[in-house]
Amino acid sequence: MASIAKKKSNIENQISTPTNILFHMIFVLFVALCIGPLILIFMVSITSESTLTANGYSFFPKEFSFQAYEYIFSDTEQIIRSYGVSLFITIAGTLLSVFIIALYAYVISRKEFKYRNFFSFLVFFTMLFNGGLVPTFMIYSNVLGWSDTLFILIFPLLVSPMYVIIMKTFFTSSIPDSLVEAAKIDGAGEWRIFFSIILRLSTPALATIGLFNTLHYWNDWFTALLYITDEKLIPLQFLLYRVQSTLEYLIQISSLSGQGAMTMADLPGQSARMALCIVTIGPIILAFPFFQKYFVKGLTIGAIKG
Amino acid sequence: MLKLSGRKKSNSLFHELNKNKALFIMLIPVLTVLIINNYLPMFGVILAFKDFKMSSGNFITSLFSSEWVGFKNFEFFLNTSYGFSVTRNTILFNGLFIILTLVTAVPSAIMLNEIRNSKLAKFYQTAMFLPQFMSWVVVSFLAFAFFSIDAGFINKYIVEPLGFEAIAWYSEPKYWLYILPLVTIWKTLGFNTIIYFAGISSIDTELYEAAVIDGANKWKQAINITVPLLTPLMIILTLLSIGRIFFADFGLFFQVTQNSGALYPVTLVIDTYVFNALRVMGDPSMSTAVGLYQAFVGLVLVLGANLIVKKINKDHVLF
Repeated sequence: MASIAKKKSNIENQISTPTNILFHMIFVLFVALCIGPLILIFMVSITSESTLTANGYSFFPKEFSFQAYEYIFSDTEQIIRSYGVSLFITIAGTLLSVFIIALYAYVISRKEFKYRNFFSFLVFFTMLFNGGLVPTFMIYSNVLGWSDTLFILIFPLLVSPMYVIIMKTFFTSSIPDSLVEAAKIDGAGEWRIFFSIILRLSTPALATIGLFNTLHYWNDWFTALLYITDEKLIPLQFLLYRVQSTLEYLIQISSLSGQGAMTMADLPGQSARMALCIVTIGPIILAFPFFQKYFVKGLTIGAIKG
Repeated sequence: MLKLSGRKKSNSLFHELNKNKALFIMLIPVLTVLIINNYLPMFGVILAFKDFKMSSGNFITSLFSSEWVGFKNFEFFLNTSYGFSVTRNTILFNGLFIILTLVTAVPSAIMLNEIRNSKLAKFYQTAMFLPQFMSWVVVSFLAFAFFSIDAGFINKYIVEPLGFEAIAWYSEPKYWLYILPLVTIWKTLGFNTIIYFAGISSIDTELYEAAVIDGANKWKQAINITVPLLTPLMIILTLLSIGRIFFADFGLFFQVTQNSGALYPVTLVIDTYVFNALRVMGDPSMSTAVGLYQAFVGLVLVLGANLIVKKINKDHVLF
């Protein structure tokens, strides 16, 4: 749409050159602010520990060193394990989530399904009211006893009401009723209709929701914070959190015992922490261009159909 | 065809179940998640009206044998200094975020739309979207790289070279009144810009062409065409966030501040308070009460926001 708008508009209807330059400058500044922090921690991760101690975190380190990466990859067991946990919950969670959301959204999008409004409301109501953190925590950990399982890392994030609504909107607006009816006349059962017609026609919606879910699962640290104590089940983001909170603990001690009692040199592996952070965002940054394309499309659909 | 046959027969639930067996089975997975994850905890709020004691090993029997205390838990929370400051922090920060989002994302979307080089515009859009992809843990690392006391970029390369003493960012509450909104805008501006950008794309270009013929310059077009036509979208998004004003972003307030106790007077919000009350104080009844207070006021705010939308424009109603 935007490109059409640009082509149609004639030369006179454009902003003046100084304004254009000003706008570019504003965006360049903001883009720098968005990317800058990432560059900074990347630089810290490849700075030698002694330079960090002397000069602090800098964009232009005096002395480079890949020791941090050597260090975190020398004791790989925990990192590889956490990578495995994160990959598993991201893949399994995303697939399961997209599948069951599609099933549910399809049913409540069928106009002849009598209780569709009731079942839509059941989803929608969870956006309006919730029991809160503590009852939810109690149900999972005390009643069901799901703490310290891989399952708990997947289950709570399976159904986001917003995704159900987006998917339902997609089905309602892009799958003609006559298609389902024609398939029925041809003798196809509900499952067959769903698997061989609906799913095939819904790739854009499935991809959008799938990408949202992937990000959701990969970046989740809160579920692990609540339910995971077993070292074997720590996902990557939570591992990163634990590294950070140890640091916080050290800082608190240092501020209690007076300014500067704790110096940089006492903090273990500054660059290693930042290297771990880089390792954690790596996959998402690599997938970013691919993600972004679909996200923008999905967002555009969502914003316009709102 | 289907509708006719449906009308002839009885309307009983049993009949429906039988006729649409497959459809009902398709609902089961999501229903299971909703019941366990959303509806059971709603009944769990009775914890808020009890003085919960773990009497036996079993949570359910302990819950039933615990003493009813009525609204004591709520009174206690609202009477302590926390009740006020936590509520204030939540509403003020979220209110500030709503305003800041509006005054940054709309102009940013309009500017992005006007930029002449569309390839560069796409690049800006992509780069601005990047922070949205990072978890709050990662953001807390980025923030730490800037705000760390003795190694942070700001202290080392800005504060100290100017001859000031290094600032202990993580124990000075006053700075966080600025840091938290900045971090929020940093993380969400790209996302919100795209939403408004999409809104602008759907505006009919003929309106602008007509305006050019009438001699309107770009500034006048933005004020008289773009902004009014974006207003419904602004209203909807703003009201949605007003409905959520009692729910703070846990990741922002917990991770980015490193849950630092020294910052609590300014940074403790309802969500982090509930978590700390459960984890640190170990008082499930109290924290459930606070959670219920949050959910209840949240519900009232959503319904209120919806009512306002209904008054303004029925087409844009949330539900």
